[in-house]
Amino acid sequence: MSASIKRDALSESELSRLWTALDELTDPEIPVVTLREMGILRNVCRAADGRVEVVITPTYSGCPAMEMIHDDIVALLKREGFDGRVVTQLAPAWTTDWMNDEAREKLRAYGIAPPHCSTQTADGAVTSAIRFAPKSIAKNDLSTPTSGQKSPKLDVACPLCGSHNTTETSHFGSTACKALYRCLDCMEPFDHFKNI
Amino acid sequence: MDAAVQARPAAPQPSMRVTIHAPVPYLLHLADNALVLGQRNAEWCGHAPILEEDLAMANNSLDLIGQARLLYQHAAERLNTPGPTSSRPRGAAWPAGPVTEDTLAYFRDVPDFANYTLLELPHSPGLVPAAGGERDWATTIVRNYLYSALMVLVWERLEQSTDTQLAAIAAKSIKETRYHLRHSRDWLVRLGDGTDESARRTQAALDYLLPFTEEFWSACAAESAALDNASGADVPSLRAAWDAEVDSAIADAGLKRPAAVKGYVPQGKSGVHSEHLGYVLAEMQSLARVHPGAQW
Repeated sequence: MSASIKRDALSESELSRLWTALDELTDPEIPVVTLREMGILRNVCRAADGRVEVVITPTYSGCPAMEMIHDDIVALLKREGFDGRVVTQLAPAWTTDWMNDEAREKLRAYGIAPPHCSTQTADGAVTSAIRFAPKSIAKNDLSTPTSGQKSPKLDVACPLCGSHNTTETSHFGSTACKALYRCLDCMEPFDHFKNI
Repeated sequence: MDAAVQARPAAPQPSMRVTIHAPVPYLLHLADNALVLGQRNAEWCGHAPILEEDLAMANNSLDLIGQARLLYQHAAERLNTPGPTSSRPRGAAWPAGPVTEDTLAYFRDVPDFANYTLLELPHSPGLVPAAGGERDWATTIVRNYLYSALMVLVWERLEQSTDTQLAAIAAKSIKETRYHLRHSRDWLVRLGDGTDESARRTQAALDYLLPFTEEFWSACAAESAALDNASGADVPSLRAAWDAEVDSAIADAGLKRPAAVKGYVPQGKSGVHSEHLGYVLAEMQSLARVHPGAQW
């Protein structure tokens, strides 16, 4: 977020006024976190043509919230008296690592298990497969643990009771960025914000 | 799709000497793949076997259509830039004004689409004897698996593309595609290693669909042109890695890989399609053609 001070840069006071205003804007699908906390809001600067440019990056390429986010920012710039535009930038690709601790805690309080702090599971490699009981079990011994689970389970704590005894019920949840989990202690279903 | 939110390529770096662009037909090949499969997967919306999978297929579709949009926007930008690439691809009577992602998605006809034939087939082709109805879940899963296993490898290569915008799209898409691969692979194993009926249907889907993947392994004109300026991926060179992944999943699922068939190789990516694509496009494009420029 460091806008270096150049001749045509926004003044310090303009910049801080803009950031304060932008901090009002929350994610349309998760209204407890701001766009900045989500890592969607990447930069604010003055472009070569003198207009203010707000740079955002999509969480997922098809995220339907991006259009609303775009419109929210345009409306805010207008309200604050800035002549500006919104620029969508793809690289570097958004990652849940950009979400700060405060945002993670807000998600948890809202009932969504936050993403983990590292991208080790970018491809979901360490989570185990959801399976029917393999035939080997059905035929032989119902108490044998499943053989298909080659890797350790991703540790996702229940946002409601805190138990780590949880299981993934679906790779996809109510939005592209979430997976569906269930707590095996309090039995509540919950969303987990996928690590990407 | 709204032209107002078109992504712009990252501002050119002053240090960048020459800007290299992937050929437009190559971008359209990648975009059409994503759009057609996205449209097909969306047909499960409201019909999936369980609610979780209804959401999963809708989300999967959203990712694919998102990828298609980024690629179409990139292609449209090239087409609107005066120069050797600005000649418009053939197509229906296009709306006046600059080319947009919508022009490319909604106003091109069957022979203009460059997707793999595999992706346009119905979920329950009549040739699959095990198909239980209009949509066969096993067919959907096998198709998504075969395509995702390829695209993980392709996007990995394209992250190094000399076309920086295409490289950025690849870096974004690979994360989603890895997730799609995980989802479809899990289901492939679950179905293959499930009940006798689920195994039978999955094997039938595999037997039917696998020959269509032959199309992956010979480069079409657009792919060759993209290799010439190092903007594209050399897909035939990915065959060993793809085979290894597919063999391991088939083994985990307790299924059999059908013997390779020496026969007709589909040419959807060169615009020669099955009869099914016309129906897909008719449903997808009719609204935009009746009400060009409609907004909601």
